[in-house]
Amino acid sequence: MIQVNDLSKTYNGTTVLKIKNLEIPKGQSFGLVGNNGAGKTTFFSLLLDLIQPSTGHIINNEIQVNSSENWKPFTASFLDESFLIGYLTPEEYFYFIGDLRGQNKADIDALLANHEEFFNGEILKNKKYLRDLSKGNQKKVGIIATLIGNPEVVILDEPFANLDPTTVNRLKKIIKELAENPDVTVLVSSHDLLHTVEVCDRIVALNKGEVVKDIQTSAETLQELELFFAV
Amino acid sequence: MFEKFIYLEWKAFTRSASFATNLGLKILMLFLAIYFALVFLALGIGAFYFIRKMNLEPLVTVNKFLIYYFLFDLIIRLLLQKIPVMNIRPLLVLPFKKPTIVHFSLGKTMLSFFNYAHAFFFLPFSVVLIMEGYDVVSVLLWHLAMISLIYINNFLNIVLNNKDNLFAIFVGIVIVLGGCQYYHVFDITNYTTVFFEGLFHTKWLFLLPISALIGLYYVTFNYFKNNLYLDSGLSNKHQIAKTEDLTWLNQFGTLGTFLKNDIKLIKRNKRSKTTVIMSVVFLFYGLLFFKNHALYNPVMHIFAGIFVSGGFLFTFGQFVPSWDSSYYQLMMTQNIPYRGYLSSKWWLIVIATVISTILSSFYLYFGWHVYLTIVVGAIYNIGVNSHLVLLAGAYTKTPIDLDSSKGAFGDKKAFNVNTMLISLPKLLLPLGLYWIGSTLMSPNLGLTMVAIAGIIGFALRDKVFSLIEKIYKTEKYKTIAAYKQKS
Repeated sequence: MIQVNDLSKTYNGTTVLKIKNLEIPKGQSFGLVGNNGAGKTTFFSLLLDLIQPSTGHIINNEIQVNSSENWKPFTASFLDESFLIGYLTPEEYFYFIGDLRGQNKADIDALLANHEEFFNGEILKNKKYLRDLSKGNQKKVGIIATLIGNPEVVILDEPFANLDPTTVNRLKKIIKELAENPDVTVLVSSHDLLHTVEVCDRIVALNKGEVVKDIQTSAETLQELELFFAV
Repeated sequence: MFEKFIYLEWKAFTRSASFATNLGLKILMLFLAIYFALVFLALGIGAFYFIRKMNLEPLVTVNKFLIYYFLFDLIIRLLLQKIPVMNIRPLLVLPFKKPTIVHFSLGKTMLSFFNYAHAFFFLPFSVVLIMEGYDVVSVLLWHLAMISLIYINNFLNIVLNNKDNLFAIFVGIVIVLGGCQYYHVFDITNYTTVFFEGLFHTKWLFLLPISALIGLYYVTFNYFKNNLYLDSGLSNKHQIAKTEDLTWLNQFGTLGTFLKNDIKLIKRNKRSKTTVIMSVVFLFYGLLFFKNHALYNPVMHIFAGIFVSGGFLFTFGQFVPSWDSSYYQLMMTQNIPYRGYLSSKWWLIVIATVISTILSSFYLYFGWHVYLTIVVGAIYNIGVNSHLVLLAGAYTKTPIDLDSSKGAFGDKKAFNVNTMLISLPKLLLPLGLYWIGSTLMSPNLGLTMVAIAGIIGFALRDKVFSLIEKIYKTEKYKTIAAYKQKS
């Protein structure tokens, strides 16, 4: 589904990301772990064509992302709060994204009803604009919005950060369900090794912009990763 | 302690994302400032002799109109003067004493151009007074009182800054007072002149404005100091939100999607609401021109014609796509049809222009020709200027902070001088066309030529949109990077 070739990103002579070759097959749930500055967000930004690669390119479902925009209809993402429109209510935001993704109001309502538990009664019909929600609640909105319109690629940057323990568990359930669907490729980045191991089939560790581990998740994975990141 | 703040301010200035454009504009604004300074200077020196020539006592006449002078000053301040936005939140937990923070913020406002601009009038005027043999001590005391009054306005602006609608209220006051005076119903200056005259003739009266100033500083200082908490002065106000479906817009397809969003954008953000207020103010701009036929060349009428209906166009259109800067990354990862996005903004501009044109029908009072000028201006606005602003906007990389309701210290001044400056070139072309037309034959030919230019522009709409689309695409990465940096 996603093919990375000779990708690198350099800022003023400092290489922040360098991936020679990486292939993520369709249906995989892919976890990206690493310390701060390892290049996780840079990689996702490149994948979403928000920044330009210094060399190489990424192909998303046979579409080279920095030369065509046709990857947009089947790719959904939430990187940070700048993906939210602050002056809308959560409902309006969902409908807006729905409009852009060709979904009608009923589709959205059905999706929202499905995730009522995840929202924990703090999001919908709460008479608040998105800008006035807490960081955690904003994140919930952003994450659910990526599920609108049955995307084939879902990209979530640090989805577990800022969430309360109960919501983390509910989120894991959502990601696992997504991962079970053979048509959906999920990409998740995190600092939290445990969460990532739990929801992903495959884990790639980045360090200073380079791939240092690439493992299929098994019983020993967590141990292996913890050893790697041990001080 | 203070040098630390100055260091921070300097860094904030030199490291802001839009420094390059900022600097260019700053230079332009410097020229504007020099221009106004010269005008004031000439006014200060010239006023005395000019008034005397009219067989009036200069000082008394100035004193008579000072009340309006200060009222206008306050209005202009409310509209334009920015409260210094220091990033105060991070400072709160650092070892700065609160009074230091507040003193610095207030001190910064005292250095504003809005204060010393007046010196260009009052200083030469006072010097001329002394030279003409007025009592030196009285002149100095009067001058001191004037400085105090200017600074009273400065702090009033800060204290009042937190309140909404004040601008409209003050404009209302001035209109009512002016109207009453004009029709000899009630003349406020009869009462205020006594006071301003007193400042000159009574030696101790200057203590009044000075003590008022000190008192006001104290009040402002306390107000800020007491509100220097995250949940009061520095808090974000929460509005009660209401979900609006605006389903009637669904019939317009993608255009409807964006229109829905844009309507909410305008309705729910302070910054964008200001643009609507501005367009109302622009409506009255023509009064300046059409009333004094003697003062203004008819060529300038077309200038007014464009401004009257173009308020929204100039203040809103200039900042497309910056209005969406805070969530630009989202827009760029969604399947956004640029054309729908642009059309939506364009339609908003057109609708606003049409409404303004209809509202401005009160200009019919000045005759058909005047209103025709406005209508032609509107046609030109819709046909040419709407495209020009969108085109210029494609290069605008100033992120807009929509959530400007940050409480006492937030950047509340949405409307700025920069916007006006960028707008000016859009007026020169119709001015030229009108001038050619009216010198060749008649003003009507001039108007026709401007209208035709508008219609031609309208016909080229698709071409311009494609061009803007292309710019959006080539500028995409730069724009994203610039919007990421909050100014």
